[in-house]
Amino acid sequence: MGERKSISLPVLGQVSRRTAMKGVGATLGAGAFAAAISPLRRIDEKVTAEEFMQRHYKELSDSDKRDVFTRLEAQAQDEYGADVSISDPRPIPGTLFVYAINLSLCNGNGKCVEACHRENNHDRATNQSYIRVLEMPIGTMDMEQGNTTYDHPVPAEGKFYMPVQCQQCQEPPCVDVCPVEATWQEDDGIVVVDYNWCIGCRYCEAACPYHARRFNWKKPEIPADEVNPDQGFLSNRIRPEGVVEKCHFCLHRTRNGRLPACLEACPTGARVFGNILDPDSDVRWIMENKRVYVLKEELGTAPSFFYFFDS
Amino acid sequence: MSQASTHEHRPQHWMSYPRFLSRSLGLATDGSFGFYAWMTCLTAVFLVGANAWANQVVQGMVVTNMTDHVSWGLYIANFTFMVGVAAGGVMMVIPAYLYHDKQMHDVVILGELLAVAAIVMCLMFVTADLGRPDRFWHLIPGIGRFNFPISMLTWDVIVLNGYLLLNLHICGYLLYTRFLGLTPNPRWYVPFVFVSIVWAISIHTVTAFLYAGLGGRPFWNTALLAPRFLASAFVSGPAFIILSMFALRKLARVPLPDGPVHTLVKIIRITILINLFMLASELFTEFYSGGAHTSSARYLYFGLHGFNGLVPWAWSAIVLNVIAAALFLTPAAMTRMSVVTIACALAFIGVWIEKGMGLIIPGFIPSTLHEIVEYTPSLVEWKVTAGIWAFGLMIYTIALKITIPIFSGRVRDLARDPE
Repeated sequence: MGERKSISLPVLGQVSRRTAMKGVGATLGAGAFAAAISPLRRIDEKVTAEEFMQRHYKELSDSDKRDVFTRLEAQAQDEYGADVSISDPRPIPGTLFVYAINLSLCNGNGKCVEACHRENNHDRATNQSYIRVLEMPIGTMDMEQGNTTYDHPVPAEGKFYMPVQCQQCQEPPCVDVCPVEATWQEDDGIVVVDYNWCIGCRYCEAACPYHARRFNWKKPEIPADEVNPDQGFLSNRIRPEGVVEKCHFCLHRTRNGRLPACLEACPTGARVFGNILDPDSDVRWIMENKRVYVLKEELGTAPSFFYFFDS
Repeated sequence: MSQASTHEHRPQHWMSYPRFLSRSLGLATDGSFGFYAWMTCLTAVFLVGANAWANQVVQGMVVTNMTDHVSWGLYIANFTFMVGVAAGGVMMVIPAYLYHDKQMHDVVILGELLAVAAIVMCLMFVTADLGRPDRFWHLIPGIGRFNFPISMLTWDVIVLNGYLLLNLHICGYLLYTRFLGLTPNPRWYVPFVFVSIVWAISIHTVTAFLYAGLGGRPFWNTALLAPRFLASAFVSGPAFIILSMFALRKLARVPLPDGPVHTLVKIIRITILINLFMLASELFTEFYSGGAHTSSARYLYFGLHGFNGLVPWAWSAIVLNVIAAALFLTPAAMTRMSVVTIACALAFIGVWIEKGMGLIIPGFIPSTLHEIVEYTPSLVEWKVTAGIWAFGLMIYTIALKITIPIFSGRVRDLARDPE
């Protein structure tokens, strides 16, 4: 404090030198801050106004959905050079989808992993897929003894193979933890994600006991001719960067009477898929006649994904 | 002095509140060379962090070293730790308001201001961790879709913001009335103080429940997590307050009494032992029973299948906390400032490791399919983290800069002083 020297500024008139210095400091600071966050000016390349304002899937009317799908199709054309069509098949009443895998047949060839990669427009650079296959020594069910990165000819002596993907739990912990209801379970048991609503907190990724969820750490790269044009809004459309995704039992296929891509690709016949509510379905027969088990049953997640052995 | 006359002419808030704000702005920006140097350094670090964050937003979370296996890292580690520091301030509030410790009452605002700065840091760490910060509004009740009460994260949004508002109100009200030269009316702040005591416990409990509620992560899925969080919060918070009181005395020549420091040391003597005891209890359960559920703890303390990235961190945390506990228990902790300073610094760093990287990362290693992918933060993550710390320290410094002259009576609203 004490004596105050004052100087004259053209706009402000008489101000103390200290006040003038503060003004200079504040201006410099604000300028430096603007410069520091200037990369954010490129944000409009990532997020358009319509995208920013888009409501949650469940709040979209049919005409809203048409607008959104058209916009996303144009975006796919623009950013990937691909001519895609986005649809929104709804659950079929009286359907509860169940998957069963015959571990006596699975030989770890990994065709399901590849098929998922292609079907679901996964990032080519990271070779992403919703399926991981564990190679396990015969004689244990302890996953700690498993290995997901084997690259030798299969089946290897003394090993069995266990593919793991989203178990479509009936008590899904990932849905409970989501703070914004960006993920939910549909009537046919499939847990889906609204990729335009997810805020990317990754709490669901921490909550999932089966490592079923993936995060888009960057924008997926897919060559135009490899983009799968048959896309579902809640399933395999190209995902935006910064959101979580997961296996959706290929709902854009299965709700239209087709089988999941991983099943079609399996050369061993280990994979069985169907509606458990249908008394004549294969999955129903397996449930009634085989001794099936689920992964981590003690967690109470009640998976719709079953494993069994023939012998 | 002018107390007798105050009830006659009630303050005209629409005039005196702007004066309070402008005087606060003046206080916040007036200072010695040392003050300006400190603030300039903090600004520089903050700007580096802001720039790193802006780049992260534009380029995507790929600039971090997090993966689908270790999907939370340095940001959430620091978030967790800072919730503890925010809650730790309550260890001043309880003696001041429940036990009527007069000296503590005079300085309790240091703890409340620390809570404000720490909560702001928490909110920044969470924002930095979001893949889509542009969709932040989806979290706002009423506008977005708030998954309350099922998602523990929505509870955390409520308790953290509520704690911030409570402390802003308490500090703001006390500062403003002191500025006016009035005696604060207990009706307008004491109820809030009592709510804030319970609320402080809640912020750290809810944050622990975020992790403890995940059945698929056995390392976090323990009932002991919330009590451990609180015990270590009541080490790190008071330790930071003691250090800042010493800094104020030494660097800013603020005359602060010894009593509150002694009280806080007495508190830490207990809490640091409780924290170590609960750690030991946790370790016994993990290692004596064994099995797959304990592989995270094995990874953390001894390494697993040749991966041991966190082992040096984990043991440093234990060593730091044990040495700090020993120092706090010596009689010198009551008499020698140097001993207390070292003990506080060691305990603060020890808890930062234990509750930060030492808690978050092993929750993901091995993964739920028992794969081992290790994690080391990227340069961008360190920059953003340093920037947020710098910003938090700026808030705390400025808050103290305004508060101390007003609380000591040196600064008053001259316009309404009759003299």
